Amino acid sequence: MPGMTLYDKLVASHEVARIDDEHILLYVDLHIMNEYTSPQAFSGLAARGRNVLRPGQQMAVVDHIIPTHPVAPALRVIADDASSRQAVNLKRNCDAQHIALFDTTDPLQGIEHVIAPEHGMILPGMVVLCGDSHTTTYGALGALGFGIGTSEVEHILATQTLVYRVARNMRIRVDGALGAGVSAKDLVIYVVHRIGAQGARGHAVEFCGDAIDALSAEGRMTLCNMTVEAGARAALIAPDATTDAYVTAHAPQLHGESLAQARAYWATLRTDANAFFDVEHVFNATDIAPFVTWGTSPDQAMPVTGFVPDPQAEPDQLARLALEKAMDYIGLAPGAPIAGVPIDRVFIGSCTNGRIEDLRVVAGLARGRKVAAGVRAMIVPGSGAVRAQAEAEGLAAVLTEAGFEWRQPGCSMCLAMNDDVLRPGERCASTTNRNFEGRQGRAGRTHLMSPAMAAAAALAGRIVDVREWEQAK
Amino acid sequence: MSSLIEGIAAPLPFSNLDTDQIMPKQFLRIIDKAGLDRGLLYDLRFDEHGAPRPGFVLNQAAYAGTSVLVAGPNFGCGSSREHAVWGLQQFGIRAVIAPSFGEIFYFNAVNNGLLLVSLPAAEVDALLERVSNAGVSDSQQPGGNRVAIDVMAGQIRAADGWTASFALPERHRRMFAQGQDMVGASLLQLPEVERFEAAHWARHPWMKDVARTVRDRLNAA
Repeated sequence: MPGMTLYDKLVASHEVARIDDEHILLYVDLHIMNEYTSPQAFSGLAARGRNVLRPGQQMAVVDHIIPTHPVAPALRVIADDASSRQAVNLKRNCDAQHIALFDTTDPLQGIEHVIAPEHGMILPGMVVLCGDSHTTTYGALGALGFGIGTSEVEHILATQTLVYRVARNMRIRVDGALGAGVSAKDLVIYVVHRIGAQGARGHAVEFCGDAIDALSAEGRMTLCNMTVEAGARAALIAPDATTDAYVTAHAPQLHGESLAQARAYWATLRTDANAFFDVEHVFNATDIAPFVTWGTSPDQAMPVTGFVPDPQAEPDQLARLALEKAMDYIGLAPGAPIAGVPIDRVFIGSCTNGRIEDLRVVAGLARGRKVAAGVRAMIVPGSGAVRAQAEAEGLAAVLTEAGFEWRQPGCSMCLAMNDDVLRPGERCASTTNRNFEGRQGRAGRTHLMSPAMAAAAALAGRIVDVREWEQAK
Repeated sequence: MSSLIEGIAAPLPFSNLDTDQIMPKQFLRIIDKAGLDRGLLYDLRFDEHGAPRPGFVLNQAAYAGTSVLVAGPNFGCGSSREHAVWGLQQFGIRAVIAPSFGEIFYFNAVNNGLLLVSLPAAEVDALLERVSNAGVSDSQQPGGNRVAIDVMAGQIRAADGWTASFALPERHRRMFAQGQDMVGASLLQLPEVERFEAAHWARHPWMKDVARTVRDRLNAA
């Protein structure tokens, strides 16, 4: 009998019942909600007179619509009426159902996928779901996480379960070591580029190999977060000493006997030697340069040393149309080098790269330098706790001195649901996860990259190779 | 619900048409489901002044009343926003035909009774060709962009008699045909959920009420 993958084990340990050949009823240990994908779920419950089954296993936060103006948390207000209604509505729903909330004026407010791990809500072996596609982040800590729709949010509120189609198994091994100036963000853009925007569709992806082992817990969150851009249903990394150190530092509720019991369980959370994977990829970390997207899909990416592709060289008609559409939108010439492209805006933040390690890298590059003339560079920390820590470490002072805007936390210009929006035609170096048309603002042009690359772009005023640029200082 | 969908099909021959494009952010600031038909594919349908783009297929007279979309691979990838599905339905779309669909979008569609038909890329290409420009160009019969989808038989027929077969996953077929109070059905299994929880929490007591435990700790600090 073949062994089980880590994914198989997580699914099996949460199977309440089998529904049919493909579907099971999956138990949910933690359900996270935001203000924009949950309202209709609460309304649906109310319409049928149903209740929340397990309020203690729900958490909610206002993050997508909240403005990030640099005012004290207690003074944060949402000027837009419709957005304000969403925040008020979330609080009303959470109060009525006794659900833990991180509200607009809470000093701990932040992006859902940043605050859940940082306060110890995400533990290895859990199933964590949320009405947000970047819930794959939690695989970094050995928890099964993925995004769901609002009908499913309602289903979880009422039953603490999900009707779930079990995914196939994919393993991605990354050998070797990432070079200087190359981060988890470059790695994940590279992987998405190599396997494509639907390369992992229908699969739970387990990452392994020396390059993965060497990543910090936060780097692993960046990797698992953006694996969804390859269409993955989930991303996973088996818990190890790095995971243990992160979790025990952030989850003080685990101690003594419960910690010993938890650790014994975590030790079982690994793929058996004879387990079967439907698909396997092997990459070498030493092949990976800082990666930048040039187009309007996260897989339209290349090393910073590369050149924008020529659609005429693409033989497949549909693929050529996609290239032409992207090229037309992004406003770059075929064959042009990506390095040297001037930028108007820089955005550093998001559930992909809004954590303290990201800000340390940015501050390290910014120290003693200035944001280039004509460039507006915003830093939106992932949470109130990240913001406070960056201030305590002196990073905020370095960044503001260099000319970066130091703002309050939220999803902000990752998807531009609040008032942080690109103007038409503006070109942005962004540490976020999606370069879709219109994502950061109608006709705005997004280039996804690492925090180091975005910081270097802010200081240089154009896309540069942070490795050479660092040497040249 | 009738198992036959018959109507005008519009070609959207783009790969990776994401849910940000299907339903842009400015239409998401609601607490109900109203008004999403206006937001559907907004930036493709309207220019920066809000005027319809005449070149876009859904703005052309021959495609007025479109009820089927024929699209490229990975349709509906990206954001989990179910608003994309609600908007398609409010606009009058009853089915989308494509080589593949984004995963979360797929389940959102199933849960709302929006039909998603996966066909091999070559068959989608053949259908795209048939519904593109049909009824617009003088050389073709008006109505050449009509298709009929027989859900129970698993067959698509184009106006010129071209057909393709598809197999609908059982759950999708059932949800489409009968609709279903998914929550109500699962609530019948509450005794099993409670049995599962008792054993699960006995093994992993630290997982129980994790959100409340953490919030209480933070409140106390």
